[in-house]
Amino acid sequence: MQRISELIRTRAGELLESGAADQILGWENGGLAYDPTPAFFTADNVAGLVYNSFCGINLSKYLIEKTKGKESGKVAALLKPCDTYSFNQLLCEHRIDRDKVYVVGVGCSGMLDVEKLKARGFKGIKGIDEKDGRLTVHTLYGDKSCPKREVLMERCISCKGGGHVACDEVVGEELTPDAAGNRFAGVEKLESLSPDDRFDFWRGELSRCIRCNACRNACPACSCNKCVFDNSRSGMAAKANSDDFEQNMFHIIRAFHVAGRCTDCGECSRVCPQGIPLHLLNRKLIKDVNELYGDYQAGAAPDSRSPLISYTQGDAEPDVIYERGGAR
Amino acid sequence: MQKLPVSRLPELFARIDGMKSLYLPVSAGGRLQFGRWTTGTAYDPSRMNTVKSAKDFFFPQSEDLVFFRSKGKELSITEAKDPAEPFVLFGVRACDAKGLEALDRVFLSDPVDTFYAARRENGVVVTMACAEPEETCFCGAFGVDAAEPGGDVAAWLAQDTLYWQSRTDKGDALTAALEDILEDADQRDQGAFAAHKAAIKAILDDLPLNGLSLEGFGGDALEALFGSDKWPALSQACIGCGTCTFVCPTCQCYDIQDFDTGRGVKRFRCWDSCMYSDFTLMAHGNPRTSQVERFRQRFMHKLVYFPANNEGMYGCVGCGRCVAKCPAFMNIVKVIRTLGVNAHAR
Repeated sequence: MQRISELIRTRAGELLESGAADQILGWENGGLAYDPTPAFFTADNVAGLVYNSFCGINLSKYLIEKTKGKESGKVAALLKPCDTYSFNQLLCEHRIDRDKVYVVGVGCSGMLDVEKLKARGFKGIKGIDEKDGRLTVHTLYGDKSCPKREVLMERCISCKGGGHVACDEVVGEELTPDAAGNRFAGVEKLESLSPDDRFDFWRGELSRCIRCNACRNACPACSCNKCVFDNSRSGMAAKANSDDFEQNMFHIIRAFHVAGRCTDCGECSRVCPQGIPLHLLNRKLIKDVNELYGDYQAGAAPDSRSPLISYTQGDAEPDVIYERGGAR
Repeated sequence: MQKLPVSRLPELFARIDGMKSLYLPVSAGGRLQFGRWTTGTAYDPSRMNTVKSAKDFFFPQSEDLVFFRSKGKELSITEAKDPAEPFVLFGVRACDAKGLEALDRVFLSDPVDTFYAARRENGVVVTMACAEPEETCFCGAFGVDAAEPGGDVAAWLAQDTLYWQSRTDKGDALTAALEDILEDADQRDQGAFAAHKAAIKAILDDLPLNGLSLEGFGGDALEALFGSDKWPALSQACIGCGTCTFVCPTCQCYDIQDFDTGRGVKRFRCWDSCMYSDFTLMAHGNPRTSQVERFRQRFMHKLVYFPANNEGMYGCVGCGRCVAKCPAFMNIVKVIRTLGVNAHAR
């Protein structure tokens, strides 16, 4: 990881020096072992650019603001393979000006989830070393160790694989985490429950929601200029949940709004401070779209067209819910 | 000082809950939250901060204020009653207890917020010293001593013994009500107790964020900091969500809104976040139209405006929740390091 970080830093320096890019969008190290922050770099601060196993943050959404307006500068964005799906989807939706972006694809062998380290009781984390698929975690209370694959981010456990789907160059090797699994396993488990149990599951999970909007704001598919829930004139603005059911509706509405556009990047679940498995809502809709309209991966191509906005005569009829809903 | 064998904690909890509702940190969906104690509830003192702070029990995320109902030409207005539930909040960390002092400054100064005042009156805070703080903790920078927590009663868990020290009249009353279960600590306990506190202090000194300097901040730093050219770079990672403000034990801004129940209107107040685009929205619009300004507001409030209005007390207690929870890993520590006098010192 150290080596690829240096490769990327060197390449970023070259891009800035040659004028191919005016700024680099990447990650800057924080004060802890796992807290790199998204940042824009120029020649002055490019020495602070890092790339490590905690660079899970998907940078594609930052390009919306960055490429807006009349400024003509070019930004070189460091995107991991899965981030490029979000990038493509944003291109489809005309949210990013492609001419102002130079995509530097960065190899990825799976990103780590610090919450999973903490859930194992690793606290007081001072440093983390990675070697041969194992992590050594140096803590205030002694060294701990675990296999890397057990603390990968949810999105990496079911990595899409296959490398970058949009980029102008790749730095480092194209790698895939060694944990690729069935991404619909969690959804299938929920589908096997009775409607009542499923309802209880979600009421339980969503009861922890604090309406911080982190899921929405981190989501590359949530790119409305003014969200209906922030608009005091919409009649449904809400900073807190007025009753318990409302928070359920918020998440369900959001999932439907991004249906067919969600690339399954996993940011919603990563950022939730309460650990609500929001990606399961999105994956359920992705799975339904696949089953009803044929396999579809949002963001796989810059000009892909979601089945939900392309009418064909063979489309599913609304009554399909009677067969599929599982209600008695 | 009193003491109790750790094995008798369930008994203590049952006794407390028999008198007042007992809330303590419990696991919910893998995350730690303050929740109601029931028989069999496990208390794990090694787990640190709850996701939401103790603030929630005195200044809840949302609460009803008044109800309006109309019937023909009659309009009825019903005020919500002051909360009256007597409760004990057990296992509050030193940072959260200090956070309540910051909230007191806001809600107990004139005009007194009666809902908050009633909850403060009804609630007894039992703190727990932090034997195993996290790497995200930096309470020391804000004058909090995790080995010597505040609250109405302070408690320590050293190996097999719970030490219990009342700090206020309310604490004395709770201690007196528990006198048949708590034992008096004697001279022999003092050694073990002192050693426990010394061990905590040693770890606090070793924390990675220890030594964070507040030089350059405070009530008189307005001009030096407000116009700093570093705000745009600091704020560009911010995604404008409310996570930092909602998990914060001292953020106290709220909004008042009306909810149409279909048969009337429920007026409630709820936490607000300066990170939101409609924060302080008025008839003429929003005074802070960009995320840079909103981001700056949060840190200026904590590090400059709050101390300016509260005899130097900062609006941060170093609990580290924002450090752990920010989706973009941008936080007050990074702001302090970037803007402080010792900007380049670690």
